[in-house]
Amino acid sequence: MNARDPNPPAELAEPVLGPVSRSGIPVPTAVDASAVKPENIGKPGEYPFTRGIFPDGYQGRLWTIRQYSGFGTAEESNERYKFLLQQGQTGLSVALDLPTQCGFDPTHPMARPEIGKVGVSLSNLSEAEILFKDLDLSKISTSFTINGTAAIIYAMYLAVADKQGVPRSKLTGTIQNDILKEYVARGTWIFPVRPSMRLIADSILYSNDVTPRFNPISIAGAHVRDAGATAAEEMAYTLANGLAYVEELKRRGGDVEKFAKRLSFFFYVHMDFFDEIAKFRAGRRLWARFMKERYGANDPKAQHFRFGVVCGGSSLVAPQPYNNVVRVAVETMAAVFGGAQSIFTCAFDEAFQIPTEFSAELAVRTQQMIAFESGIGRTVDPLGGSYFLEQHTDRMEEAILKVMNEIDAYGGVTPAIEDGWIQLRLAERGLERKLDTDSGKNVIVGQNHFRKEGEQIGVREIFKLDPTVAQRALEKFQRVLDTRSQSAVDASLAKLATAAAKDSENVMPYLVDCCHAYATVGEMVACLKKEWGEFKEPVNL
Amino acid sequence: MNDVKEARPLAGKRILVGKPGLDGHDIGAKIVALTLRDAGAEVIYTGLRRSPAQIAQVAVDEGVDAVGLSILSGSHKELVGDVISELRAHKAGDVKVFVGGTIPGEDHAALRELGVAAVFTADMPLDRVVSQLAAELA
Repeated sequence: MNARDPNPPAELAEPVLGPVSRSGIPVPTAVDASAVKPENIGKPGEYPFTRGIFPDGYQGRLWTIRQYSGFGTAEESNERYKFLLQQGQTGLSVALDLPTQCGFDPTHPMARPEIGKVGVSLSNLSEAEILFKDLDLSKISTSFTINGTAAIIYAMYLAVADKQGVPRSKLTGTIQNDILKEYVARGTWIFPVRPSMRLIADSILYSNDVTPRFNPISIAGAHVRDAGATAAEEMAYTLANGLAYVEELKRRGGDVEKFAKRLSFFFYVHMDFFDEIAKFRAGRRLWARFMKERYGANDPKAQHFRFGVVCGGSSLVAPQPYNNVVRVAVETMAAVFGGAQSIFTCAFDEAFQIPTEFSAELAVRTQQMIAFESGIGRTVDPLGGSYFLEQHTDRMEEAILKVMNEIDAYGGVTPAIEDGWIQLRLAERGLERKLDTDSGKNVIVGQNHFRKEGEQIGVREIFKLDPTVAQRALEKFQRVLDTRSQSAVDASLAKLATAAAKDSENVMPYLVDCCHAYATVGEMVACLKKEWGEFKEPVNL
Repeated sequence: MNDVKEARPLAGKRILVGKPGLDGHDIGAKIVALTLRDAGAEVIYTGLRRSPAQIAQVAVDEGVDAVGLSILSGSHKELVGDVISELRAHKAGDVKVFVGGTIPGEDHAALRELGVAAVFTADMPLDRVVSQLAAELA
């Protein structure tokens, strides 16, 4: 079938606008005004913060404009960062390649085919020095999408700052550092659940003291969502994971008034507009209540639910890719109405490739249009008080609590993950979503409805990864091995091993020392694996 | 899909679903595994982070009719090529290999040249995946 055929056999089924949202919440055509209790709505900047954590919203501070990027070598990523900063991006977002995420050096046989593919290869401090060359780390907030090796990459960031002469106390940014959702939805786990939780608590407690303006964790629902969860389920799993980290931090002697101020969150925003806005408002309210009522945190900052958002990867589709530009705009507006502190916009071609400069710039421009042209950020929570939104927020809260109660009934997230229970639930939800998409019940314009058969992906530009990336990474890696002091590396790794074996010790200072000695990510991970073992993935279907 | 469940077009077939390499996005592989099982196949799912040699070894040990590989990291050409060579080294080159994930259209032909029987894209309906597999394995 030719795409220019004037009468292409597009999907014939009529799309249906169902009476329930994608989270399964009934949506009345008109809401009874008396269903909404003004006392549940509250004021922006006041407990339980349904309407936002600040009284002046984006007038006080605009969200951070980021763009997920990183590919190939540190040199290429450094250039892309400089380009994006010139376009008005206000924070960096670093994507790491799979070997770095999984703790393998580029020389490992499993690493070879993946070097530089989905992010930048950051195998040791010298690569980080290149990545941040001529970027002032005291002024730029950097977000790292890293989990299994988050503590190591954070240590490497501190070492780079040390090298650049930037005081650690000035560093701002975020490491994702959320291992729980890796076990259930994304797979870059390394160690078993319990030592991983310890490592995360170590990094958070250390960061609270050493980099007080840095977010040492970004508890992320995002991958759970892409795996098939609804908006309500995404929030429920994320809050449950967040509470598990709070418990671990308390076990390690943390003070909730202190560490809770630096816990941050991260979500996908998909296309069901009001589900998304209600999800953020309900999540903010629930978290504030948990912190205050369950953990006795009285400082409002320790009750704040601060979150970043990225447009849903799986909400973007390859057929008719330019439609994704519109999806990203709608999703970004939902994030703004929801009160996000940081927004990454997807580039329209992310459904099938690493963004080109053209598509990355358009994604940044989308945020700038919403921020500076639309005016929707002038007032805090502009839809607050809407009969429908307030009722939907209440229903969303109930839906979230229902899932959290099911996890509690199972015994909590840790055993639920160790048994593979959450993984199986997600696989089944993913299958349901796929079948609803196949049948056309989940309407995706240009894919399962209004689609022209045989249409080819037509984009202006295809991203091409330089085929010499792996070779160049390997050559640089070898040079570091040849020039560093092996005795310094061995000594730093030996101290790390001793610290890892002792639960009461914090491993972070030892990781920073290893990074300074140019120990590699693979060496540090191997050292910790020796003490802690590896996660045994429960494969039940 | 209910039709597929009743018809069980893959009854009697043994199919390995594998995740070669380091890509951890396993939801697509799991969805396909559940679907193939509903269609009557016996499914062996490898779990994450398997090397091509490990996958080929399991395929041989389990005597499967087909191997489905899911890859989203962009390393499909290297990893799929390695799985096929390993299968051939085990004299199991007749085992059909299918690939799914984020596979750009321009790479489909290259994968077929390597010996891949079919490439399934993410937007392809599951009943079409099943019917095509059934036809290939008939």
